[in-house]
Amino acid sequence: MKHRYLPMTDQDKQEMLDAIGVATVDELFQDIPESVRYKGEYNIKPAKSESSLLKEMTKLAAKNADVKSHASFLGAGVYDHYAPVIVDHVISRSEFYTAYTPYQPEISQGELQAIFEFQTMICELTGMDVANSSMYDGGTALAEAAMLSAGQTRRKKILVSAAVHPESRDVIKAYAKGQYVEVIEIPYKDGITDIEALKESISDQIAGVIVQYPNFFGRIEPLKEIEEIVHTQKAMFIVSSNPLALGALTPPGKLGADIVAGDAQPFGIPAAFGGPHCGYFAVTNKLVRKVPGRLVGQTVDENGQRGFVLTLQAREQHIRRDKATSNICSNQALNALAASVAMTALGKTGVREMAVQNIQKAHYAKKALKAKGLDVIFDGPSFNEFVVKLPASYTQVNDRLFKSGIIGGFHLGTVYPELKDHMLVAVTELRTKDEIDALAEELGDGHE
Amino acid sequence: MNKQDQPLIFEISTPGRIGFSLPEMDVEAVAMEDILPSEYIREEAAALPEVSELDIMRHYTALSHRNHGVDSGFYPLGSCTMKYNPKINENVARMNGFAHVHPYQDERTVQGALELMYDLQEHLIEITGMDQVTLQPAAGAHGEWTGLMMIRAYHEANSDTDRTKVIVPDSAHGTNPASATVAGFETVTVKSDENGLVDLEDLKRVVGDDTAALMLTNPNTLGLFEENILEMAEIVHNAGGKLYYDGANLNAVLSKARPGDMGFDVVHLNLHKTFTGPHGGGGPGSGPVGVKSDLIPFLPKPLVTEKDGHYFLDYDRPQSIGRVKPYYGNFGINVRAYTYIRSMGPDGLKAVTENAVINANYMMRRLAPYFDLPYDRHCKHEFVLSGRRQKKLGVRTLDIAKRLLDFGYHPPTIYFPLNVEECMMIEPTETESKETLDAFVDAMIQIAKETEETPEVVQEAPHTTVIKRLDETLAARKPVLRYQA
Repeated sequence: MKHRYLPMTDQDKQEMLDAIGVATVDELFQDIPESVRYKGEYNIKPAKSESSLLKEMTKLAAKNADVKSHASFLGAGVYDHYAPVIVDHVISRSEFYTAYTPYQPEISQGELQAIFEFQTMICELTGMDVANSSMYDGGTALAEAAMLSAGQTRRKKILVSAAVHPESRDVIKAYAKGQYVEVIEIPYKDGITDIEALKESISDQIAGVIVQYPNFFGRIEPLKEIEEIVHTQKAMFIVSSNPLALGALTPPGKLGADIVAGDAQPFGIPAAFGGPHCGYFAVTNKLVRKVPGRLVGQTVDENGQRGFVLTLQAREQHIRRDKATSNICSNQALNALAASVAMTALGKTGVREMAVQNIQKAHYAKKALKAKGLDVIFDGPSFNEFVVKLPASYTQVNDRLFKSGIIGGFHLGTVYPELKDHMLVAVTELRTKDEIDALAEELGDGHE
Repeated sequence: MNKQDQPLIFEISTPGRIGFSLPEMDVEAVAMEDILPSEYIREEAAALPEVSELDIMRHYTALSHRNHGVDSGFYPLGSCTMKYNPKINENVARMNGFAHVHPYQDERTVQGALELMYDLQEHLIEITGMDQVTLQPAAGAHGEWTGLMMIRAYHEANSDTDRTKVIVPDSAHGTNPASATVAGFETVTVKSDENGLVDLEDLKRVVGDDTAALMLTNPNTLGLFEENILEMAEIVHNAGGKLYYDGANLNAVLSKARPGDMGFDVVHLNLHKTFTGPHGGGGPGSGPVGVKSDLIPFLPKPLVTEKDGHYFLDYDRPQSIGRVKPYYGNFGINVRAYTYIRSMGPDGLKAVTENAVINANYMMRRLAPYFDLPYDRHCKHEFVLSGRRQKKLGVRTLDIAKRLLDFGYHPPTIYFPLNVEECMMIEPTETESKETLDAFVDAMIQIAKETEETPEVVQEAPHTTVIKRLDETLAARKPVLRYQA
């Protein structure tokens, strides 16, 4: 067997078997009981050469429509954003992408420092004191936040707004079942969390309250009002945020959030059919020793030189085992690096400017659709998404859009039955005026 | 390597510089106050860096020089399978039709993505000997938790609700007991015997009516195959429990033994280990879970399914444990793993394991005269040494690890598993050449000699890295977790 990834020659093999003191490689597998020993080869597709595999994979990829060759108005948690070209150049440096978790700090200062910078940038955007080095994604980050609140308050009920991403709510419920925590949904009203319903449900039994800002419908939740209600009962205030939006919005940390979690996908991370993205997790100082996952801290070496290490590891599974704050081990380090590079490239002015472009273009789109006679529901302060009632069935409309090179927005009816044939339209900075006008034209009354 | 302190990106920031090029603003701007209530308009800008594009590239290039990856040099980190990460994987994962596909696109427009996922599931079913596979879990630990939640749902569906305990060996990865806890179970530890294998008598003692599952890595974390696996399966199954396979060490048994044939009911795989998704400095990974038929109803939803050549997402799974992750898993890593499997084929995967096992045994034999070998038998893809002989001379395993840095190597996993004193766990993988293994062994022998002759050289190591040993106590006592101007 000759293969470009396998350097062992026949001669190497013979010398090594001799040194081990066995005649054949099979002798090394004699400890596998005969009855379970697998003989022969797997019944899987045969190996392909590099060039023919590339050809096959190119064909397979071409069976998918992609958001780069269409005008995409699809968001609902995953967005088509400007990714500075430099991002891919940095994360393609194999010193980063072929490294393991930086457990040996002397030869991992690059990764450790990059993560320390990531933590700092997430703190800056969210207005929180401490951020970890990443979670799998926004949904599981939020579920971990819910579990943290239950552990910290020793209460067993979580309130989640129905205007939180439906898939995040599903993940929260799955995690909650594991730890015998009850999840109660607070309905939405006019596109935001129903404040009266929240007031009725809050009690000293509630561990945490989860809202999304901007919420699943794109609306800006009134965090100030919600915070007061949550904290009257000493529940924890957990906010799920699109970190790009925080370039222009008042950060949850300034509005009393105890935990801010979400997904950094808008910062330089491709949609990739839903993953890998990059969860982030930020807390107040009070909760620093309860944070799940890895934390990088600054320290000094024997010569007093600044350096970085994984720290407060007593929280983690490899030290605490069954008493750990979470079972998370692998995180999303490389995507955290991508997000760091994107946040660095955008910088202080760019992140705000990009967020504002989203607000402005979505605002323009809303007006353009209304001008065509379409009904924008839940209309109010929003970031880069809004809800439009379609003039015909979603499938009909979406098929027509696709024929015009447009990937339409998300069908809310799939998760909110009462919103059948309502489209969640996402307008990022990448959508041009022409593309927005074309969407309005296609959706507009001209086609009724 | 550059020995000077590398400034933080914030420290080279200069007001007025930019590193971005945003799209043209081609719509008429409205005053922000007309769109948002003033209390929700951010007053103070987030203090992100202000740097040029070249500043950014130099900064991260400098950081990359201060980082060791598989492409930099040998990385025999036990249990982590630090094999070569093929470059074709990176190219394929970046194709527009894979990288830039939205999870909510119409199914008809993502047939290629679904086909790839389906075919990967089929390949993993054959490789593991299980009946069905989900690609949803994001990483190994996430897969463990998913598998345990399914086992819990299975017992609950049988009204067998007193099964509150999960048994793990004392040599298990830390994620096993942690995952058991977050899945709502209590952990019970089963001891290893003098051969480094699960003690069958102790297993019989701890197993019972309250056993939900036994979690096992095979070969175990000592690199030894649990040769009593069938007896163990029988003990656990007779008690009504399920057998869980931690696939962290699958690289040792490709084409040699399948978890499904060994009696395992649930398996998770680490596609970022055995199947070359790069480790990425700690992630992202991918942790698919395979199950036997009686657990299929409990798989997370949706599941990729095929009918008449059309691929679709099946949400109609009433007994499912639900959703463990938004969307459909770490697709980008799954694309890489699929590309790898298709690059290797059945004969290639068989050679992977054979070469990985030869490499490990060869190194073990060469090192055995110089270090204590706690379990003197053929290992699988990795082996453990004990540094207790060196410890008596005042040199600890930590010192040996640090000294290896001076030779340009990433050290082995140290102080794990917990049941071996001054443990060093070495996993060479199949992608390393004999010359590399020999050079590493020579370095280890030199360190063993230094330990006897000039121990201070080892005790004070590393000598050549950009930074010396760091004060970890200070880091934990007075945590500085972010930059502050």
